[in-house]
Amino acid sequence: MAPLDDKKDVPMFSDYPQQIPKIECGASLDTDTFKAYPEHNEALGFPGELLPNWKEVAIAKMGELAKKNRAFQVYLDACVKCGACTDKCQYFLGTSDPKNMPVARQDLLRSVYRRYFTFAGKYFPWLVGARDLTKEVLDEWYTYYHQCSQCRRCAVACPYGIDTAEISMAAREILDSVGVGQKYCNEIIAKLKKTGNNLGLNPKALRATLEDMEEDLLDETGVEVKIPLDVKGADILLITPSADFFAEPHIEGLMGYAKVFHSAGVSWTLSSYASEAANFGMFIGSYENMREVSWRIRQAAKDLGVKRIIFGECGHAWRVAYSFLNTLAGPFDFLDQNYPIPQHILEFTLDEIESGRLKIDKSRNDEHVVTFHDSCNVARGSAMGDKEGGQFDVPRAVLKAVCNNFHDMERDTIRENTFCCGGGGGLLTDDLMDLRIKGAKPRMTALKQVADEHGVNKMVAICAICKTQFAKVMPKYGFDMDTIQSAHQLVANAVILDGQETEDDAE
Amino acid sequence: MISTVYAVLFYLATILLVVGVGMRVWKYATTPVPLNIVVSPAPRTKRGVVFRMFREVIFFESLFKSNKWIWIFAYLFHWGMLIVLLRHLRYFTLNTWWWVEIISPIGRLMAFAMLAGLLGLWARRVLQERIRYISNPSDHLMLALLVGIAASGALMSYVTHTDIIMVKAYMLGLLRFRIGDMPTDPILMVHLGLVALLMIIFPISKLLHVPGVFFAPSRTLVDNAREKRRVSKWARNLPPLPEGIPANEEA
Ligand code: HEM
Ligand code: HEM
Ligand code: SF4
Ligand code: SF4
Repeated sequence: MAPLDDKKDVPMFSDYPQQIPKIECGASLDTDTFKAYPEHNEALGFPGELLPNWKEVAIAKMGELAKKNRAFQVYLDACVKCGACTDKCQYFLGTSDPKNMPVARQDLLRSVYRRYFTFAGKYFPWLVGARDLTKEVLDEWYTYYHQCSQCRRCAVACPYGIDTAEISMAAREILDSVGVGQKYCNEIIAKLKKTGNNLGLNPKALRATLEDMEEDLLDETGVEVKIPLDVKGADILLITPSADFFAEPHIEGLMGYAKVFHSAGVSWTLSSYASEAANFGMFIGSYENMREVSWRIRQAAKDLGVKRIIFGECGHAWRVAYSFLNTLAGPFDFLDQNYPIPQHILEFTLDEIESGRLKIDKSRNDEHVVTFHDSCNVARGSAMGDKEGGQFDVPRAVLKAVCNNFHDMERDTIRENTFCCGGGGGLLTDDLMDLRIKGAKPRMTALKQVADEHGVNKMVAICAICKTQFAKVMPKYGFDMDTIQSAHQLVANAVILDGQETEDDAE
Repeated sequence: MISTVYAVLFYLATILLVVGVGMRVWKYATTPVPLNIVVSPAPRTKRGVVFRMFREVIFFESLFKSNKWIWIFAYLFHWGMLIVLLRHLRYFTLNTWWWVEIISPIGRLMAFAMLAGLLGLWARRVLQERIRYISNPSDHLMLALLVGIAASGALMSYVTHTDIIMVKAYMLGLLRFRIGDMPTDPILMVHLGLVALLMIIFPISKLLHVPGVFFAPSRTLVDNAREKRRVSKWARNLPPLPEGIPANEEA
């Protein structure tokens, strides 16, 4: 990459350690995301447009969610306004808008909950900051609950584990239930229900894309590495984010999985019916939609008769897969119980590395000085391996096995304290670009520090959203676009396949 | 007369506290947790979760990691209060337990820990703009109430002593549903009045963090989602989805 010194005029980094801004009321009020068209809402089972009796419906929905979800009920009651979470959100750090402080974000909804559901709020609203539900309040919900990436960084800080992500999901569910959906999420879920993936890619186009990749792999290695689609009777069903089929650096990751599978000698397949790992049902807080999207994976697994399910690199997808899939689409008694259900591709790859089956030449990554961005939903919403914290250690173990130069970023910005990339939770849309750039600031600051101190020139992420987001915003901070890499991209560089012609002087 | 008013007040406050918190706990306990939303990294066993919650409740571990100032004040306040309350057991037991005797002198001092903690928290609430922004009048009043209780208690302990034997006799009487005479020192009346108020507002205020901390799914669940399904009752009633891929949708 270009030396950082050339880009001295980047004005946006905060000093390290991270600076906490002074609050600026309303700083982010005008950052609004496009609303969904009626047909998007209706495809998901929501009213197309704002209901005439929206107020009653919204309040009833709030009551319903409090009955259906203990987290929502307890979190609304338990906050003591201690303030420990106020400086933890990347969107507050990036925008300075106080309503992006996690507790303030919760209060947008809590104030209404108190007004209609608690003694104090009914009779002494001024005392406890309770307020009526009005159109302004609804608009404010729409604005600020779409400036939360549901990353859970605040939940780690809170003495009770109050998770603003749960409140955001509930708020979006309430908004949807009165006919105010977000275009980005709802359009995509509608598309997935039609075509099996978020891009609306049909099986023919998908097959053609995969064939192109197979050719690239052949050119590069001289070995016929396959990327099978819809192969009945394969052992492994790979579920990967559809971005892996077309976006950079995602594609390199997919080619990496293919190499690992090839070298492991296992039979595997993608499914065109379930050609999407991401589950946007979670972003909109809709159990029903999340279940429907998850169910496709079960259907595909049964239909293809596979024995195992493995997930590709995708953050929110892995949270849904690890934490929810069994509940939403299980029981998976028809799969091979000797393997984790589902398994993460990094768990698979680490097994291959540790058993010595995968041949690796680390020096092929010597030009890279690598750091790792823990994706928020992997870090705080899932796990890997069988030890506590495996979601941090497994990816690092793989990276350290395939490259010689690895440096972690500051402790406060990685592992369970990691920042969101700025585009998670349904915010990865161009209409929120301003917010995405600002939300990436804490991560970019931490990256700049290791770039300055250790010459780090590559940052690895294991999430399709992180990769797209960073590829887009990194240039704004003076980093080259290809600073962001897939984990399996580095794996692919270092793997040597049987029969692969290696030019020793190539690196 | 005053003794009777306070007796009625305390009976009422006790009923509201017990029934109110009981109903809340019942509600929390019976509300389903439809998905495993534990915040990871999380323990993989029940025992691990008990240990995690022990650290949260005894050490305020997460708070310690996230904000040292709040932690120091919160710790002074809560532990001060705990020891003060244990010392108060001597008003409610006929023969004061030996260990209450032992901590009693420390308990007397703990009034200051409690006050220091409360005033520190209050100072942050006023001076730190982010916390000022999220504060409602009730947050300040809650601190005022506790400062009032602690200050009136300390006044009795250190300045204008009240007749402790009489207080004890009165409290023991109340426990046996007999209304005796209590001392009518104004400070004691303030102390007890505020305590009753605290008990009354407990189940309808943020003091619900006390039961809440034990019911927050983000901390109290075991990280075992790949092994264990959890389908809540309402989710079981959702319409069934098709097994296998419907023929018309096949690729
Ligand atoms: C299981 C027992 C308890 C635990 C684990 C606990 C924990 C906490 C924590 C971690 C905080 C946040 C830090 C702070 O602002 O001080 C807090 C705040 C608070 N707690 Fe507790 N607490 C417990 C019992 C109580 C009880 C019995 C009371 C009631 C008298 C109480 C009153 C308060 C108040 C008033 C605050 C807010 C302080 C402020 O305004 O900043 N707590 N508690
Ligand atoms: C019905 C319940 C209560 C009774 C009868 C009561 C009574 C008293 C009495 C008689 C004293 C003076 C002790 C002395 O002179 O040595 C005192 C002190 C004190 N009380 Fe209470 N109190 C009650 C509840 C509480 C509660 C709930 C709190 C805290 C939240 C509290 C906090 C204090 C403090 C900090 C002191 C000063 C330190 C000490 O002497 O222990 N009291 N209380
Ligand atoms: S979940 Fe993440 S984005 Fe949302 S308020 Fe908390 S820290 Fe901010
Ligand atoms: S850390 Fe938790 S209790 Fe404290 S203000 Fe934030 S959400 Fe409320």
